[in-house]
Amino acid sequence: MAYSDKVIDHYENPRNVGSFEKGDDTVGTGMVGAPACGDVMKLQIKVNPETGVIEDARFKTYGCGSAIASSSLVTEWVKGKTLDEAAALKNSVIAEELALPPVKVHCSILAEDAIKAAVNDYRAKRGEAVAAE
Amino acid sequence: MDMTPHFPIYLDYGATTPCDPRVVDAMIPWLREHFGNAASRSHAWGWEAEEAIEKARTQVAELIGADPREIVWTSGATESDNLAIKGAAHFYQGKGKHLITVKTEHKAVLDTMRELERQGFEVTYLDVLENGLLDLDVFKAAIRPDTILASVMAVNNETGVIQDLNAIGAACRDKGVIFHVDAAQATGKMPLDMANMPIDLMSLASHKSYGPKGIGALYVRRKPRVRLEAQMHGGGHERGMRSGTLPTHQIVGMGEAFRIAKEEMQQDYAHAQRLQQRLLDGLKDIEQVFVNGDLAHRVPHNLNISFNYVEGESLIMGIKGLAVSSGSACTSASLEPSYVLRALGRSDELAHSSLRMTIGRFTTEEEIDYAITTIRQNVAKLRELSPLWEMYKDGVDLSTIQWAEH
Repeated sequence: MAYSDKVIDHYENPRNVGSFEKGDDTVGTGMVGAPACGDVMKLQIKVNPETGVIEDARFKTYGCGSAIASSSLVTEWVKGKTLDEAAALKNSVIAEELALPPVKVHCSILAEDAIKAAVNDYRAKRGEAVAAE
Repeated sequence: MDMTPHFPIYLDYGATTPCDPRVVDAMIPWLREHFGNAASRSHAWGWEAEEAIEKARTQVAELIGADPREIVWTSGATESDNLAIKGAAHFYQGKGKHLITVKTEHKAVLDTMRELERQGFEVTYLDVLENGLLDLDVFKAAIRPDTILASVMAVNNETGVIQDLNAIGAACRDKGVIFHVDAAQATGKMPLDMANMPIDLMSLASHKSYGPKGIGALYVRRKPRVRLEAQMHGGGHERGMRSGTLPTHQIVGMGEAFRIAKEEMQQDYAHAQRLQQRLLDGLKDIEQVFVNGDLAHRVPHNLNISFNYVEGESLIMGIKGLAVSSGSACTSASLEPSYVLRALGRSDELAHSSLRMTIGRFTTEEEIDYAITTIRQNVAKLRELSPLWEMYKDGVDLSTIQWAEH
């Protein structure tokens, strides 16, 4: 299977790899997927509590190149966005940007789920209302 | 069209092998001046083609210790499996309608069995042990009075594990069950001797043993005689078992490939053994590495390894310089990982984390050393990226986590 140049670029040079301290109350963590299915994404956001703006993001992903690229791309996109803006991110935009073939669209869905999970985790930690799934 | 590059390094001999140059040389004249149809009995073009085909039949028979009259040409091992299993099932259905096979068989056997189930036959699919071997007692217990055929492969295509054909065949003989063996991955890699092995039908492939693609054969025992119902009808070629004009050049190629396989088996074996050991030595000290399938009962041409917490497709993407295959689902369209590794009791994640590396006649030490270096680098890089590796390092037991399966 041929990968798009953008997928290869994110795979070769993944952005924002790493972890924040989970206990930090300005950090939201989303972990989605399952090892049995061949992909697990952990996405973390660091939020400015005053402005509600995401200041930084980190990821780690177990999965194919498209899964790694989807999560790497999302960490770039969410920086500077408000929580609502980040939670509104759609998988179709990710799939389009990375030119994912149909069999890899589930990777972009997983990335969307990961960011939503991270936003919800942050809000739950701070006692804010969590958006219903 | 681009020519095949010398890079990536080819470590996928289990998928197919290059034609040996001696095979290609033997084939060419039968595409050029010697174009006759072996079925033409009235002129020299036909006679010489027939002679070449009979010579190749002898060469194939000699590799497996058979009589040339026991060799039926087919288009490859898939067709041989179909002809053997369906052909015998249809011929002997008056005796019974039960068949036995193993969950780790190739799809050419499993799918053929499924088709027979649709036709009203009953099939038992046996589990294997953790090392990939069939438990003989389980096999014996599965034989019923109405069992007509059992099909067990010689060498597994994913793990290289060798089944105990003599013991399984003896159990079949004991109960009057026809024993079919898919030996596509076995020819030239292990001794096969039909004069002394209790095998009734055996599928052979050419392109896994340095011959051309598109040709194969089925061994059909004469004493005691095994009968088959033809699956391909037409001009009555191959004693009516498989009609169709014989492709002289392909057959000559397979014959030459099998002649070389017989002559050079020991040398090929020792070469593969040395390189497999070198590859294993270079990888085995990596943390959380697991060899899939028994190491002792295996052809040395295969090394199937799982690198825990690293997904196979992403690893293959990283080791661009290597042509290998993976048991991970992402290389195919389905989300299911290798059914063979699952049958060995490997967890889904270990199955997703596997690489199959297959070594052959033209593999070099330098290629193995390159493979070791690039695999080590990429496993380390991908583990840095892996949340599962991070959790493992933090002492989290992954099996205790409630994953949201998707």
